[in-house]
Amino acid sequence: MKELKVSAIQKGTVIDHIPSGKGLKVLEILNLPEDSTILIAVNVRSEKLGKKDIIKVEGKILSEDEVNKIALIAPTATVNIIDKWEVVEKKNVEVPDEIIGIIKCANPNCITHYEKVKPKFKVISKKPLKLKCHYCERTMEEEIIAKNLL
Amino acid sequence: MRFQDVISINDFEKDDIEYVLKTAELLERELKEKGTLQYAKGKVLATLFFEPSTRTRLSFESAMHRLGGSVIGFAEASATSVKKGESLMDTIRTVENYADVIVIRHPKEGAARLAAEVAKIPVINAGDGANQHPTQTLLDLYTIKKEFGKIDGLKIALLGDLKYGRTVHSLAKALSYYNVKLYFVAPQGLEMPRHIVEEISDKVDIVETSSLESIIPEIDVLYATRIQKERFPDPAEYNKIKGSYRVDPKILEGAKETLKIMHPLPRVDEISYEVDKTRYSAYFRQVWSGVPVRMALLGIVLGVIE
Repeated sequence: MKELKVSAIQKGTVIDHIPSGKGLKVLEILNLPEDSTILIAVNVRSEKLGKKDIIKVEGKILSEDEVNKIALIAPTATVNIIDKWEVVEKKNVEVPDEIIGIIKCANPNCITHYEKVKPKFKVISKKPLKLKCHYCERTMEEEIIAKNLL
Repeated sequence: MRFQDVISINDFEKDDIEYVLKTAELLERELKEKGTLQYAKGKVLATLFFEPSTRTRLSFESAMHRLGGSVIGFAEASATSVKKGESLMDTIRTVENYADVIVIRHPKEGAARLAAEVAKIPVINAGDGANQHPTQTLLDLYTIKKEFGKIDGLKIALLGDLKYGRTVHSLAKALSYYNVKLYFVAPQGLEMPRHIVEEISDKVDIVETSSLESIIPEIDVLYATRIQKERFPDPAEYNKIKGSYRVDPKILEGAKETLKIMHPLPRVDEISYEVDKTRYSAYFRQVWSGVPVRMALLGIVLGVIE
Protein backbone atom coordinates (compact mmCIF):
# COMPACT_ATOMS: atom_id res chain seq x y z
CA MET A 1 0.00 0.00 0.00
CA LYS A 2 1.35 3.42 -0.91
CA GLU A 3 2.12 5.66 2.10
CA LEU A 4 -0.20 8.63 2.41
CA LYS A 5 1.51 11.92 1.67
CA VAL A 6 1.36 14.04 4.85
CA SER A 7 1.28 17.38 3.07
CA ALA A 8 -1.53 16.61 0.61
CA ILE A 9 -3.31 19.83 1.48
CA GLN A 10 -2.41 23.27 0.19
CA LYS A 11 -2.46 25.15 3.51
CA GLY A 12 -3.41 24.12 7.02
CA THR A 13 -2.50 21.54 9.65
CA VAL A 14 -1.87 17.84 9.53
CA ILE A 15 -2.03 15.92 12.78
CA ASP A 16 -0.09 12.74 12.23
CA HIS A 17 0.78 9.73 14.43
CA ILE A 18 -2.50 9.78 16.34
CA PRO A 19 -2.89 6.41 18.10
CA SER A 20 -5.24 4.25 16.08
CA GLY A 21 -8.84 4.79 17.15
CA LYS A 22 -8.23 8.20 18.75
CA GLY A 23 -8.66 10.22 15.52
CA LEU A 24 -12.36 10.86 15.94
CA LYS A 25 -11.85 11.89 19.58
CA VAL A 26 -9.12 14.35 18.52
CA LEU A 27 -11.50 15.77 15.95
CA GLU A 28 -14.23 16.06 18.56
CA ILE A 29 -12.09 17.97 21.07
CA LEU A 30 -10.77 20.37 18.43
CA ASN A 31 -14.33 21.54 17.96
CA LEU A 32 -13.58 22.95 14.51
CA PRO A 33 -16.09 25.15 12.68
CA GLU A 34 -18.80 23.20 10.83
CA ASP A 35 -17.67 24.42 7.43
CA SER A 36 -14.07 23.24 7.93
CA THR A 37 -12.60 21.00 5.25
CA ILE A 38 -11.27 17.96 7.07
CA LEU A 39 -9.72 14.75 5.84
CA ILE A 40 -9.45 11.86 8.25
CA ALA A 41 -7.60 8.61 7.75
CA VAL A 42 -8.16 5.80 10.21
CA ASN A 43 -6.00 2.71 10.84
CA VAL A 44 -3.24 3.74 8.46
CA ARG A 45 -0.10 1.58 8.52
CA SER A 46 2.63 3.20 10.63
CA GLU A 47 6.22 2.12 11.25
CA LYS A 48 6.22 3.93 14.58
CA LEU A 49 2.83 2.90 15.95
CA GLY A 50 1.81 -0.14 13.88
CA LYS A 51 -1.44 1.62 13.02
CA LYS A 52 -2.31 5.28 13.29
CA ASP A 53 -4.94 7.87 12.46
CA ILE A 54 -4.25 11.09 10.55
CA ILE A 55 -6.30 14.29 10.42
CA LYS A 56 -5.81 17.02 7.85
CA VAL A 57 -7.47 20.37 8.40
CA GLU A 58 -7.53 22.63 5.36
CA GLY A 59 -6.92 26.34 5.95
CA LYS A 60 -6.37 26.27 9.74
CA ILE A 61 -3.26 26.58 11.85
CA LEU A 62 -3.82 25.08 15.30
CA SER A 63 -3.28 27.28 18.34
CA GLU A 64 -1.05 26.33 21.26
CA ASP A 65 -4.13 25.47 23.36
CA GLU A 66 -5.48 23.17 20.68
CA VAL A 67 -2.13 21.42 20.36
CA ASN A 68 -2.03 20.95 24.12
CA LYS A 69 -5.48 19.41 24.05
CA ILE A 70 -4.29 16.84 21.52
CA ALA A 71 -1.37 15.93 23.77
CA LEU A 72 -3.78 14.89 26.51
CA ILE A 73 -5.40 12.12 24.47
CA ALA A 74 -2.84 11.48 21.72
CA PRO A 75 0.62 12.04 23.21
CA THR A 76 2.37 10.44 20.21
CA ALA A 77 0.83 12.88 17.71
CA THR A 78 2.90 15.20 15.56
CA VAL A 79 1.55 18.46 14.22
CA ASN A 80 2.65 19.58 10.76
CA ILE A 81 1.97 23.08 9.53
CA ILE A 82 1.47 23.10 5.78
CA ASP A 83 1.91 25.97 3.36
CA LYS A 84 1.92 25.69 -0.43
CA TRP A 85 1.68 21.89 -0.19
CA GLU A 86 4.89 21.70 1.87
CA VAL A 87 5.53 21.02 5.57
CA VAL A 88 6.87 24.35 6.88
CA GLU A 89 6.90 23.41 10.55
CA LYS A 90 6.79 20.10 12.35
CA LYS A 91 6.32 19.71 16.06
CA ASN A 92 5.64 16.98 18.55
CA VAL A 93 2.77 17.58 20.89
CA GLU A 94 3.85 17.82 24.48
CA VAL A 95 1.87 17.75 27.68
CA PRO A 96 2.61 21.08 29.35
CA ASP A 97 3.40 21.39 33.07
CA GLU A 98 0.17 23.27 33.66
CA ILE A 99 -3.15 22.93 31.87
CA ILE A 100 -5.59 25.82 32.00
CA GLY A 101 -9.13 26.00 30.70
CA ILE A 102 -9.27 22.92 28.50
CA ILE A 103 -10.38 20.25 30.96
CA LYS A 104 -13.01 20.42 33.65
CA CYS A 105 -12.40 18.95 37.08
CA ALA A 106 -13.93 15.51 37.58
CA ASN A 107 -14.75 16.33 41.21
CA PRO A 108 -18.39 17.50 41.16
CA ASN A 109 -17.85 19.39 44.42
CA CYS A 110 -14.91 21.41 43.04
CA ILE A 111 -15.43 25.17 43.25
CA THR A 112 -14.60 25.50 39.52
CA HIS A 113 -18.06 24.12 38.70
CA TYR A 114 -19.73 26.94 40.63
CA GLU A 115 -17.66 30.06 39.97
CA LYS A 116 -16.58 31.77 36.76
CA VAL A 117 -13.00 30.54 36.90
CA LYS A 118 -10.91 28.61 34.39
CA PRO A 119 -10.12 25.12 35.66
CA LYS A 120 -6.38 24.78 36.21
CA PHE A 121 -4.35 21.59 36.64
CA LYS A 122 -0.79 20.77 37.52
CA VAL A 123 0.64 17.85 35.58
CA ILE A 124 2.03 15.49 38.21
CA SER A 125 2.91 12.71 35.78
CA LYS A 126 3.16 12.74 31.99
CA LYS A 127 3.44 8.96 31.53
CA PRO A 128 0.92 7.79 32.61
CA LEU A 129 -0.87 11.11 32.45
CA LYS A 130 -1.98 12.31 35.87
CA LEU A 131 -3.30 15.78 36.69
CA LYS A 132 -3.98 17.50 39.99
CA CYS A 133 -6.65 20.18 40.24
CA HIS A 134 -5.07 23.46 41.36
CA TYR A 135 -8.18 24.28 43.38
CA CYS A 136 -9.61 21.10 44.97
CA GLU A 137 -6.33 19.09 44.81
CA ARG A 138 -8.06 15.97 43.45
CA THR A 139 -6.03 13.93 40.98
CA MET A 140 -7.35 12.71 37.64
CA GLU A 141 -5.98 9.83 35.59
CA GLU A 142 -5.90 9.27 31.84
CA GLU A 143 -9.30 7.67 31.37
CA ILE A 144 -11.08 10.33 33.44
CA ILE A 145 -9.14 13.17 31.76
CA ALA A 146 -10.36 12.14 28.29
CA LYS A 147 -13.97 12.25 29.53
CA ASN A 148 -13.59 15.74 30.97
CA LEU A 149 -12.14 17.68 28.06
CA LEU A 150 -13.99 20.94 27.54
CA MET B 1 6.89 36.94 56.16
CA ARG B 2 7.25 33.30 55.12
CA PHE B 3 3.83 32.83 53.47
CA GLN B 4 0.89 35.05 52.62
CA ASP B 5 -2.01 32.62 52.77
CA VAL B 6 -2.70 29.34 54.55
CA ILE B 7 -4.61 27.16 52.10
CA SER B 8 -3.26 23.61 52.11
CA ILE B 9 -0.83 21.62 54.21
CA ASN B 10 0.64 20.57 50.85
CA ASP B 11 2.00 24.12 50.49
CA PHE B 12 4.04 23.74 53.69
CA GLU B 13 7.62 22.56 53.86
CA LYS B 14 8.92 21.19 57.14
CA ASP B 15 10.64 24.54 57.88
CA ASP B 16 7.31 26.36 57.55
CA ILE B 17 5.62 23.93 59.94
CA GLU B 18 8.42 24.30 62.48
CA TYR B 19 8.24 28.06 62.15
CA VAL B 20 4.50 28.06 62.95
CA LEU B 21 4.94 25.68 65.90
CA LYS B 22 7.79 27.75 67.32
CA THR B 23 5.82 30.99 66.91
CA ALA B 24 2.78 29.42 68.60
CA GLU B 25 4.94 28.29 71.50
CA LEU B 26 6.38 31.79 71.99
CA LEU B 27 2.93 33.37 71.79
CA GLU B 28 1.47 30.91 74.27
CA ARG B 29 4.24 31.73 76.73
CA GLU B 30 3.76 35.46 76.22
CA LEU B 31 0.01 35.10 76.56
CA LYS B 32 0.44 33.40 79.93
CA GLU B 33 2.73 36.18 81.13
CA LYS B 34 0.84 39.20 79.82
CA GLY B 35 -2.75 38.15 79.16
CA THR B 36 -4.13 39.62 75.92
CA LEU B 37 -1.44 40.72 73.47
CA GLN B 38 -1.47 43.72 71.16
CA TYR B 39 0.25 42.45 67.97
CA ALA B 40 -2.92 42.80 65.89
CA LYS B 41 -4.24 45.99 67.47
CA GLY B 42 -6.30 47.87 64.90
CA LYS B 43 -6.48 44.84 62.58
CA VAL B 44 -9.77 43.24 61.61
CA LEU B 45 -10.39 39.56 60.92
CA ALA B 46 -13.35 38.57 58.74
CA THR B 47 -14.62 35.05 59.44
CA LEU B 48 -16.60 33.88 56.41
CA PHE B 49 -18.26 30.64 57.41
CA PHE B 50 -20.38 29.49 54.49
CA GLU B 51 -21.20 26.41 56.53
CA PRO B 52 -21.35 26.14 60.31
CA SER B 53 -18.33 25.07 62.33
CA THR B 54 -18.65 26.53 65.79
CA ARG B 55 -15.41 25.13 67.20
CA THR B 56 -13.14 26.35 64.40
CA ARG B 57 -14.84 29.75 64.18
CA LEU B 58 -14.68 30.39 67.92
CA SER B 59 -11.06 29.29 68.00
CA PHE B 60 -10.12 31.81 65.28
CA GLU B 61 -12.15 34.53 66.95
CA SER B 62 -10.51 33.81 70.29
CA ALA B 63 -7.06 33.87 68.64
CA MET B 64 -7.72 37.25 67.00
CA HIS B 65 -9.09 38.79 70.20
CA ARG B 66 -6.10 37.52 72.17
CA LEU B 67 -3.85 39.18 69.58
CA GLY B 68 -5.62 42.47 70.31
CA GLY B 69 -7.52 42.57 67.02
CA SER B 70 -11.22 42.56 66.28
CA VAL B 71 -13.54 40.26 64.37
CA ILE B 72 -16.41 40.62 61.90
CA GLY B 73 -18.13 37.90 59.92
CA PHE B 74 -20.95 35.46 59.54
CA ALA B 75 -21.54 31.90 60.70
CA GLU B 76 -23.66 30.55 57.85
CA ALA B 77 -24.26 31.41 54.21
CA SER B 78 -28.03 31.80 54.59
CA ALA B 79 -27.48 35.13 56.37
CA THR B 80 -25.52 36.61 53.45
CA SER B 81 -25.89 37.81 49.87
CA VAL B 82 -24.94 34.30 48.73
CA LYS B 83 -28.63 33.60 49.21
CA LYS B 84 -29.29 36.32 46.62
CA GLY B 85 -26.95 34.57 44.20
CA GLU B 86 -23.74 36.46 44.86
CA SER B 87 -20.62 34.61 43.74
CA LEU B 88 -17.84 33.69 46.14
CA MET B 89 -15.45 35.90 44.19
CA ASP B 90 -17.69 38.94 44.61
CA THR B 91 -18.16 38.23 48.32
CA ILE B 92 -14.37 38.17 48.73
CA ARG B 93 -13.90 41.37 46.68
CA THR B 94 -16.43 43.04 48.95
CA VAL B 95 -15.22 41.76 52.30
CA GLU B 96 -11.57 42.59 51.63
CA ASN B 97 -12.56 46.26 51.94
CA TYR B 98 -13.67 45.70 55.52
CA ALA B 99 -10.91 43.48 56.88
CA ASP B 100 -7.16 42.83 56.98
CA VAL B 101 -7.35 39.04 56.88
CA ILE B 102 -10.03 36.53 55.88
CA VAL B 103 -10.70 33.11 57.39
CA ILE B 104 -12.98 31.09 55.15
CA ARG B 105 -14.91 27.86 55.60
CA HIS B 106 -16.78 26.69 52.53
CA PRO B 107 -18.54 23.46 51.51
CA LYS B 108 -16.96 23.44 48.03
CA GLU B 109 -13.47 22.05 47.60
CA GLY B 110 -10.95 24.56 46.30
CA ALA B 111 -12.98 27.55 47.53
CA ALA B 112 -10.18 28.76 49.82
CA ARG B 113 -7.58 28.64 47.01
CA LEU B 114 -9.90 30.62 44.76
CA ALA B 115 -10.60 33.13 47.53
CA ALA B 116 -6.86 33.61 48.07
CA GLU B 117 -6.35 34.25 44.35
CA VAL B 118 -9.08 36.87 44.29
CA ALA B 119 -8.31 38.60 47.59
CA LYS B 120 -5.69 41.30 47.99
CA ILE B 121 -5.52 40.48 51.71
CA PRO B 122 -4.34 37.17 53.27
CA VAL B 123 -6.73 34.21 53.34
CA ILE B 124 -6.68 31.29 55.78
CA ASN B 125 -8.53 28.08 54.96
CA ALA B 126 -10.73 26.87 57.82
CA GLY B 127 -11.96 23.87 55.82
CA ASP B 128 -13.01 23.52 52.17
CA GLY B 129 -15.33 20.55 51.74
CA ALA B 130 -13.49 17.24 51.98
CA ASN B 131 -10.25 18.82 50.84
CA GLN B 132 -8.13 20.66 53.42
CA HIS B 133 -8.18 21.96 56.97
CA PRO B 134 -4.54 22.94 57.39
CA THR B 135 -4.88 24.76 60.71
CA GLN B 136 -6.28 21.58 62.28
CA THR B 137 -3.17 19.71 61.15
CA LEU B 138 -0.88 22.36 62.56
CA LEU B 139 -2.67 22.34 65.91
CA ASP B 140 -2.49 18.53 65.96
CA LEU B 141 1.27 18.70 65.46
CA TYR B 142 1.54 21.42 68.10
CA THR B 143 -0.36 19.23 70.57
CA ILE B 144 1.94 16.27 69.96
CA LYS B 145 4.99 18.49 70.38
CA LYS B 146 3.61 19.93 73.62
CA GLU B 147 2.69 16.55 75.07
CA PHE B 148 6.03 14.89 74.30
CA GLY B 149 8.41 17.83 73.78
CA LYS B 150 9.15 16.39 70.32
CA ILE B 151 7.60 14.70 67.30
CA ASP B 152 10.62 12.72 66.06
CA GLY B 153 10.89 9.20 67.35
CA LEU B 154 7.21 8.74 68.18
CA LYS B 155 4.90 5.92 67.13
CA ILE B 156 1.60 7.42 66.09
CA ALA B 157 -1.62 5.56 65.25
CA LEU B 158 -4.40 7.11 63.19
CA LEU B 159 -7.66 5.33 63.92
CA GLY B 160 -11.12 5.30 62.38
CA ASP B 161 -12.40 6.46 59.01
CA LEU B 162 -9.09 6.92 57.22
CA LYS B 163 -10.70 6.83 53.78
CA TYR B 164 -12.83 9.96 53.96
CA GLY B 165 -11.29 11.84 56.89
CA ARG B 166 -9.46 14.90 55.58
CA THR B 167 -7.92 15.45 59.05
CA VAL B 168 -6.00 12.18 58.97
CA HIS B 169 -4.94 12.66 55.35
CA SER B 170 -3.30 16.01 56.08
CA LEU B 171 -1.84 14.83 59.37
CA ALA B 172 -0.29 11.75 57.78
CA LYS B 173 1.29 13.93 55.11
CA ALA B 174 2.61 16.45 57.66
CA LEU B 175 3.94 13.69 59.95
CA SER B 176 5.87 12.22 57.03
CA TYR B 177 8.28 15.17 57.39
CA TYR B 178 9.30 13.75 60.77
CA ASN B 179 11.10 10.62 61.88
CA VAL B 180 7.99 8.77 63.06
CA LYS B 181 6.37 5.38 62.66
CA LEU B 182 2.74 5.53 61.57
CA TYR B 183 0.00 2.99 62.19
CA PHE B 184 -3.12 3.23 60.06
CA VAL B 185 -5.92 1.44 61.92
CA ALA B 186 -9.17 1.24 59.97
CA PRO B 187 -12.02 -1.16 59.35
CA GLN B 188 -12.17 -2.88 55.99
CA GLY B 189 -13.37 -0.46 53.34
CA LEU B 190 -12.28 2.65 55.25
CA GLU B 191 -8.51 2.22 54.87
CA MET B 192 -6.15 5.09 54.10
CA PRO B 193 -6.29 5.84 50.34
CA ARG B 194 -3.49 4.18 48.38
CA HIS B 195 -2.23 7.44 46.86
CA ILE B 196 -1.52 8.82 50.34
CA VAL B 197 0.20 5.63 51.50
CA GLU B 198 2.31 5.60 48.32
CA GLU B 199 3.16 9.28 48.63
CA ILE B 200 4.62 8.99 52.12
CA SER B 201 5.76 5.35 52.35
CA ASP B 202 9.30 6.14 51.23
CA LYS B 203 9.66 8.67 54.06
CA VAL B 204 8.11 6.90 57.06
CA ASP B 205 7.49 3.37 58.27
CA ILE B 206 3.83 2.49 57.93
CA VAL B 207 1.87 -0.35 59.51
CA GLU B 208 -1.65 -0.92 58.17
CA THR B 209 -4.01 -2.97 60.32
CA SER B 210 -7.62 -3.32 61.35
CA SER B 211 -6.70 -4.41 64.87
CA LEU B 212 -6.29 -1.71 67.50
CA GLU B 213 -5.60 -4.31 70.21
CA SER B 214 -2.54 -5.63 68.41
CA ILE B 215 -0.77 -2.28 68.19
CA ILE B 216 -1.88 -0.50 71.34
CA PRO B 217 1.12 -1.61 73.48
CA GLU B 218 3.54 -0.10 70.93
CA ILE B 219 2.16 3.36 70.30
CA ASP B 220 2.81 6.78 71.86
CA VAL B 221 -0.12 8.64 70.27
CA LEU B 222 -3.57 7.34 69.40
CA TYR B 223 -5.29 9.81 67.09
CA ALA B 224 -8.91 8.67 67.00
CA THR B 225 -11.48 9.94 64.50
CA ARG B 226 -15.19 9.48 64.18
CA ILE B 227 -16.50 6.77 61.89
CA GLN B 228 -19.22 8.59 60.04
CA LYS B 229 -22.51 6.75 60.10
CA GLU B 230 -23.66 8.35 56.85
CA ARG B 231 -20.93 6.53 54.88
CA PHE B 232 -22.52 3.16 55.52
CA PRO B 233 -25.35 1.97 53.29
CA ASP B 234 -26.21 -0.70 55.89
CA PRO B 235 -26.77 0.61 59.46
CA ALA B 236 -26.10 -2.88 60.87
CA GLU B 237 -22.62 -2.79 59.33
CA TYR B 238 -21.96 0.60 60.95
CA ASN B 239 -23.10 -0.65 64.36
CA LYS B 240 -20.75 -3.62 64.07
CA ILE B 241 -17.77 -1.43 63.21
CA LYS B 242 -18.38 1.38 65.70
CA GLY B 243 -18.30 -1.15 68.55
CA SER B 244 -14.97 -2.53 67.42
CA TYR B 245 -13.25 0.85 67.62
CA ARG B 246 -14.34 2.02 71.01
CA VAL B 247 -11.44 3.36 73.04
CA ASP B 248 -12.26 2.46 76.65
CA PRO B 249 -10.28 1.68 79.83
CA LYS B 250 -10.28 -2.03 78.98
CA ILE B 251 -8.51 -1.63 75.64
CA LEU B 252 -6.07 0.78 77.28
CA GLU B 253 -4.94 -1.82 79.84
CA GLY B 254 -2.04 -2.83 77.61
CA ALA B 255 -1.07 0.72 76.66
CA LYS B 256 2.16 2.55 77.55
CA GLU B 257 1.70 4.75 80.60
CA THR B 258 2.72 7.73 78.52
CA LEU B 259 0.21 7.09 75.72
CA LYS B 260 -1.74 10.18 74.66
CA ILE B 261 -5.13 10.00 72.97
CA MET B 262 -6.08 12.77 70.59
CA HIS B 263 -9.27 13.43 68.63
CA PRO B 264 -10.23 16.34 66.35
CA LEU B 265 -13.71 16.27 67.96
CA PRO B 266 -16.66 16.08 67.98
CA ARG B 267 -16.62 12.50 69.25
CA VAL B 268 -19.68 10.31 69.24
CA ASP B 269 -18.90 7.04 70.95
CA GLU B 270 -15.42 6.14 69.74
CA ILE B 271 -13.87 7.29 73.04
CA SER B 272 -15.75 6.42 76.22
CA TYR B 273 -16.30 9.21 78.77
CA GLU B 274 -14.39 7.14 81.33
CA VAL B 275 -11.22 7.85 79.36
CA ASP B 276 -11.57 11.63 79.84
CA LYS B 277 -10.21 11.58 83.37
CA THR B 278 -7.35 9.20 82.69
CA ARG B 279 -3.75 10.25 82.07
CA TYR B 280 -4.22 9.27 78.45
CA SER B 281 -6.69 11.91 77.33
CA ALA B 282 -5.16 14.87 75.50
CA TYR B 283 -8.14 15.85 73.34
CA PHE B 284 -9.33 18.82 75.37
CA ARG B 285 -5.81 20.21 75.62
CA GLN B 286 -5.73 19.69 71.84
CA VAL B 287 -8.70 22.07 71.56
CA TRP B 288 -6.71 24.75 73.40
CA SER B 289 -3.78 24.27 70.99
CA GLY B 290 -5.96 25.79 68.28
CA VAL B 291 -5.69 29.20 69.92
CA PRO B 292 -1.88 29.75 69.96
CA VAL B 293 -1.49 28.05 66.58
CA ARG B 294 -4.15 30.27 64.99
CA MET B 295 -2.67 33.30 66.73
CA ALA B 296 0.67 32.42 65.14
CA LEU B 297 -0.88 32.00 61.70
CA LEU B 298 -2.88 35.22 61.92
CA GLY B 299 0.17 37.12 63.15
CA ILE B 300 2.40 35.73 60.40
CA VAL B 301 0.05 36.40 57.48
CA LEU B 302 -0.76 39.87 58.83
CA GLY B 303 2.97 40.55 58.98
CA VAL B 304 2.75 41.66 62.63
CA ILE B 305 4.78 38.76 64.00
CA GLU B 306 8.20 37.95 62.55
